[in-house]
Amino acid sequence: MSRIGIVAEQPGENRVAASPITVTRLRALGYEVAVATGAGSASSFPDDAYLAAGAAIVDRDAAWAADVVLGINPPTDADIARLRPGSTLVCLLSPALSPDLLAALAARGVTALAMDAVPRISRAQSMDVLSSMANIAGYRAVVEAANEFGRFFTGQVTAAGKVPPAKVLVAGAGVAGLAAIGAASSLGAIVRATDPRPEVADQVRSIGGSYLDVIVADEAKEVSSDGYAKATSAAYDAAAARLYSDQAADVDIIITTALIPGRAAPRLITAADVASMKPGSVIVDMAAGKGLNGEGGNVEGSVAGEKVVTANGVTILGYTDLAGLLPHQASQLYGTNLLNLLTLLTPGQDGVLAIDDDDVVQRGVTVTRDGAVTWPPPPVQVSAAPAGGPSTGSGSGTGSGTGAAAAKVKKPMSRGAKSALVVAGIAALFLICAVAPAPLPQHFLVLTLSVVIGFYVIGKVAHALHTPLMSVTNAISGIIIVGAMTQIVVPNLTVQVLATIAVLLASINIFGGFAVTRRMLAMFRKGDQK
Amino acid sequence: MTIVTTAEVSALALAQSIATAAYIVAALLFILALAGLSKQETARRGVTYGIAGMAIALVATFVLVLANGALVPDDVTAYLGAGLLVAAVVVGGAIGLWRARVVEMTGMPELIALLHSFVGLAAVLVGWNGALYAEALAPELVGIHHAEVFIGVFIGAVTFTGSIVAFLKLSGRMSSRPLMLPGKNHLNVGALVLFAILTVWYVVTPDMWLLVVVTLLALALGWHLVASIGGGDMPVVVSMLNSYAGWAAAAAGFLLNNDLLIVTGALVGSSGAYLSYIMCKAMNRSFLSVIAGGFGIEAPRSGDDETGEHRETDAEAVADLLRDATSVIITPGYGMAVAQAQYPVAELTERLRAKGVEVRFGIHPVAGRLPGHMNVLLAEAKVPYDIVMELDEINDDFASTDVVLVIGANDTVNPAAAEDPGSPIAGMPVLHVWDAKDVIVFKRSMASGYAGVQNPLFFRDNTQMLFGDAKARVEDILRSL
Repeated sequence: MSRIGIVAEQPGENRVAASPITVTRLRALGYEVAVATGAGSASSFPDDAYLAAGAAIVDRDAAWAADVVLGINPPTDADIARLRPGSTLVCLLSPALSPDLLAALAARGVTALAMDAVPRISRAQSMDVLSSMANIAGYRAVVEAANEFGRFFTGQVTAAGKVPPAKVLVAGAGVAGLAAIGAASSLGAIVRATDPRPEVADQVRSIGGSYLDVIVADEAKEVSSDGYAKATSAAYDAAAARLYSDQAADVDIIITTALIPGRAAPRLITAADVASMKPGSVIVDMAAGKGLNGEGGNVEGSVAGEKVVTANGVTILGYTDLAGLLPHQASQLYGTNLLNLLTLLTPGQDGVLAIDDDDVVQRGVTVTRDGAVTWPPPPVQVSAAPAGGPSTGSGSGTGSGTGAAAAKVKKPMSRGAKSALVVAGIAALFLICAVAPAPLPQHFLVLTLSVVIGFYVIGKVAHALHTPLMSVTNAISGIIIVGAMTQIVVPNLTVQVLATIAVLLASINIFGGFAVTRRMLAMFRKGDQK
Repeated sequence: MTIVTTAEVSALALAQSIATAAYIVAALLFILALAGLSKQETARRGVTYGIAGMAIALVATFVLVLANGALVPDDVTAYLGAGLLVAAVVVGGAIGLWRARVVEMTGMPELIALLHSFVGLAAVLVGWNGALYAEALAPELVGIHHAEVFIGVFIGAVTFTGSIVAFLKLSGRMSSRPLMLPGKNHLNVGALVLFAILTVWYVVTPDMWLLVVVTLLALALGWHLVASIGGGDMPVVVSMLNSYAGWAAAAAGFLLNNDLLIVTGALVGSSGAYLSYIMCKAMNRSFLSVIAGGFGIEAPRSGDDETGEHRETDAEAVADLLRDATSVIITPGYGMAVAQAQYPVAELTERLRAKGVEVRFGIHPVAGRLPGHMNVLLAEAKVPYDIVMELDEINDDFASTDVVLVIGANDTVNPAAAEDPGSPIAGMPVLHVWDAKDVIVFKRSMASGYAGVQNPLFFRDNTQMLFGDAKARVEDILRSL
């Protein structure tokens, strides 16, 4: 049976890697759990709660010396020295940005699992701490902005005058961006969002924002193949810069969330853009401190961890620990993500950690093992990536993964076949109408238009109304009676008799069909109409 | 011979222009009728539009007929025609209203199928009349007229026998098993090819016997098309026949040079086709193979039918379960319609809701024998329509549901469709009732459903069977509750 150590974080980090609830469930996986004293106090999890959940309260060194060490932030050099060789460390490691740290961990003989290296595939969603933290941070960014902003978010008409709604621009519609859009729009603001990935437009709209498309003349936008945004082209950047300049002058609040994995955060808002904003406006730069050389972020002039007020009265917030400002919530979600990972790593539920290298999730998070650095893992394609995209132009697939490229090859072909069919149909109709004598082309026109109308009208019918619809169309198809009626006064007795029978049959249809439909509809009613 | 006066000619011209205007109005009203039927709130208004459109069309045509009658050389024909017309409409209307009044809501599919056959037969008669008597035509139009007669008769006859077979199958007067003639697809295609050849032949030499042959051919084809489709697929068939009836009317419009018939026929035809398409998607069937009538062919069975131990329960135990439940979903099927159980089910719903139990209905798109069949029955029993959910709306909620009552449904709740790729119904979206804590299946016996597939749901650990007539069993539960 292995022992799990929950370490106390450095001062300034309010979160903790396990909550009493996850401790109970870690123990159910067969582990012994030791929590460093005071580890959860900043998250409102007192030591007593951990004790009640069955954990042991130990000192700092003992927690770091456990078989499996769970933490939030990367270990300091002193912490690495406390780790036992052969043990396993699970925390955020930013493997792409910290090769030295990985080397040190490997040298110490520690198996390190990076929680921020969980691949973005559906199966691994329950372990994706970046998503769960980004969700919290996006929400908190709006709360922070609202705190600094001197007005309502929602528009109101009051006895004391009309209040316009706040306009919020969210740059980057990832998890954090979407959370920010949702929070801001639920406060009543007008929310706009930008993102280089066109496929997120629907997600933006679904949560209450409007999507601002960056119009790029000669280059199609790229559908993401791994779920993350990629670096954009120069043409795109120029168009986006114009968009941001226009928006900066118009909106009251800007929240930037643009991060590209393994790269410096892109500069989206220039000092000139900030200068064009109205006094009292607020900018939250969620990428502060992740720009070039660890300086700045998406916004020129933002300072990591600081609040900056510019000369024209614009407040720029560069807080980097937004998720940590909701410590209880963040610890709970982080703890659950960790628990889900450990559940995957403990197939026997016997308290023995086993890493399966053939599993893409387990391989992905393992960044050092057996004294060697194992980062980066082989690439993984997002399972649910939207195939193809609105761009069918040539050369649009550059830079996309192989999966997306393959899908793109297939799609235009089926689309081509479809349009070929449509063209063939139209051509046939054209030929018939061109050849046919006088009344026919007119009839075909009427027929074609009616078919189209029929399709469109019927497309929106509620499922519950299918039967009434069918009986009404049935009654209406009794219109054949008109044909039979015109045949009833001809000087031919046989024809007259046959026409009479036809009229009789069609009348049954018309009267019966409408009567039955009325009967049915009279029965439909809503729950509150008792 | 009476002499046709100029006054009578100008009266006819006036009647004709009135009729044309009336037809445009009627066509518009029909479109509004279909549009209105897309929502509960506007559905009744939609029907009113439809009735108004039909009334306008009938009156205008009647005026036109009278004006025409005045021009007919002998008065007997005119008076006889007008008299026959009025008599036929009155008698037909009376029969229609009477049938509509007395029909049971469970008998609705049969009635609608039967009504389709009337349209088909009327179209055949109109086509025959077009062949027996035609006004003088420009020479280049004669061939086209012949072709129109042929096509109209063909579609009408297919609709006629197809609907008759659907009626017989739905009313249980004919086995619902699909007819399996050897080389059935070749038969269908052969009939179509033969029809094309006959059409050309008739256009060249318009002999009456050709018309007789094509009528018989079409009657046989319609019979065979629907006979080879199993009873479980009848909702699609009824909607498809609805579409065919529309095309028959449109063909008659070409024949009679009447735009109202074309507009209306095309509206009905395309809407029926689209409705069938929606249903095919719901059943994971190919639309093309449906309209070709060949989709009764089922994938080969996956070895032996799955069997196992099933658990039986009684009404009191079910009542206990329901009393302790906080959420209940009822998934009705054709069995509820057969047993007329919708009223006790509605009462059960009301009683449970009064106790604070969340009760909802999960309706599979093809439950029953008509699209929306279950909705109509539940509405008849005054179940509020806002607790009646579609498959997609409710499928994720089964996992958090305490009790599911499966009342007379079988194939639509068959886990084999989701789990067994070798099953004949593999891939068809089904209600995931087995995710719920307890599943009670109301059934008369352990027989399999319309698709003839055994249902592994019955042998699940969380499933209990309540055998007997669904109506009687639900009433037993009500007494114990």
